[in-house]
Amino acid sequence: MEYGLDLEYSFNEFLKGFGLSSEIAHIIWLPLPMLLVLIAAVVGVLVTVWLERKISAAAQQRIGPEYAGALGVLQPIADGLKLLVKEDIIPAKADGILFTAGPILVLVPVILSWLIVPFGQNLLISNVGIGIFLWIALSSIQPIGLLMSGYASNNKYSLLGGLRAAAQSISYEIPLALSVLAIVLMTNSLSTVDIVNQQSGAGILSWNIWRQPVGFIVFWICALAECERLPFDLPEAEEELVAGYQTEYAGMKFALFYLGSYINLILSALLVSILYLGGWNFPIPVELIAKFLNLPINAPFIQVFTASIGIVMTVLKAYLLVFIAILLRWTTPRVRIDQLLDLGWKFLLPISLANLLITAGLKLAFPQFFGG
Amino acid sequence: MSIAITTQIICFSILSLVILIGAIGVVLLESIVYSAFLLGGVFMSVAGLYLLLNASFVAAAQVLVYVGAVNVLIIFAIMLVNKKEDLKPISDIKSRRIISTSICLTLLSLLIRVDLTNVWSLSSPQNSIGEESTIRIGEHLFSDYLLPFEVASVLLLMAMIGAIVLARRDVMSKDISTGLPVDQELIEKSSEPLLTNKN
Repeated sequence: MEYGLDLEYSFNEFLKGFGLSSEIAHIIWLPLPMLLVLIAAVVGVLVTVWLERKISAAAQQRIGPEYAGALGVLQPIADGLKLLVKEDIIPAKADGILFTAGPILVLVPVILSWLIVPFGQNLLISNVGIGIFLWIALSSIQPIGLLMSGYASNNKYSLLGGLRAAAQSISYEIPLALSVLAIVLMTNSLSTVDIVNQQSGAGILSWNIWRQPVGFIVFWICALAECERLPFDLPEAEEELVAGYQTEYAGMKFALFYLGSYINLILSALLVSILYLGGWNFPIPVELIAKFLNLPINAPFIQVFTASIGIVMTVLKAYLLVFIAILLRWTTPRVRIDQLLDLGWKFLLPISLANLLITAGLKLAFPQFFGG
Repeated sequence: MSIAITTQIICFSILSLVILIGAIGVVLLESIVYSAFLLGGVFMSVAGLYLLLNASFVAAAQVLVYVGAVNVLIIFAIMLVNKKEDLKPISDIKSRRIISTSICLTLLSLLIRVDLTNVWSLSSPQNSIGEESTIRIGEHLFSDYLLPFEVASVLLLMAMIGAIVLARRDVMSKDISTGLPVDQELIEKSSEPLLTNKN
């Protein structure tokens, strides 16, 4: 699927028309997609917060946010503004530098991981060859931030909370990586674009969820555990514990944790839709529809149309998963720490290993279905 | 000089400065927690250097293994046994410092000498394999480097068994360090609040 429409090229040509060299035009172009994705991530968080409050309310037969804007859509912005102007408190005996660096270290890797999220064939910041591996590597930095903020708070509950959060995210990273590995095995590539293209053959039937049902479930459970969502929100456990490593945080630093966890949730949902639900693909291949309607696939009008369908599909699938995550929050009880670690090490790890072995076997036995 | 090369030089100098200052900080700082966090920063900057050398897979592996696993485990260990104890002053600290400094300086001069005399074969950017390196590394790991690769896993297994033996002393009848019979009751009591098994 080659694009006849190249935004970067036309933008650079446009700037060159003002007498700029191609290198300077490229430098002006570079931050634009990054800024766009950053804005998309933050708007995504606002939408998710609103959805979370509304769906939670519906699950408990309440109304939820109502007065800020129609149906309370402005409530997340009000929340954000409140956190922004709150006093920034650093406890007297806390370690100031580490206390500030902790939330940043939690947030930055999550935002960097958006580098590899494709919304279309060329609609991503950078199609790096190591793609999905970059995400796995970056998400392994997060525990350091958690440990750092837990330690710097100079509070034993914070320290214990930080240790528990880090233990949780380390133990769920392994089955997560193994289930991604099974996908990579089928694709022969680490790049997210290749992973989606591999699923584009026969519409909904060729999505990885049919070929990797076990991997899909393992990945989703691990992603929830990585995001510290209920039923795995032990580090915070707002109804029964002190708030773990976040106990001493207030104002914008607390908001960074909050932002980080929601961006991580959306990112995980996006990655599930990319890895297992065909990414930007429409359930029926767009090329087939275009052929059926006798439309040229490379015409600019059709391309804008297919690209917007791609974006809508990716976001729709991701938000469907976010919806499931919110429903899970109100329908499942929280696990204990020993159950959490048991589930991770004694159940998910062997299952994902077996899944990897079976995938490798099936790939060799049926190369036409499981990627030769 | 083109913008790309300028950016590369700026990145290289920042990364090497961070590596040097960070590494010196890891060794010289009094607080072991700061040292551990700085070590993570040094590992990250080394990953940045790999990125500059077009080895993106090695860079990501560096982040995953050294920052995500090794450094996290070091910090874990420090925080679990974060005992505040006053260190005993060492009597002949001055002569020890002189000896260690001279050894380090000798090593440094040797390395500088190696750097200056050896002719490094630099590949041109056109010859670099870039993204293909993932496949090449995999091929090497499963052909000519298979034995070291597998032996490394045996080493890790040994370390893991050792850690389990140290952590679960109740499975041994004798204490490992002292050789005395273990008071099982004491262990049960001390580990009770951690392992509330109520099923």
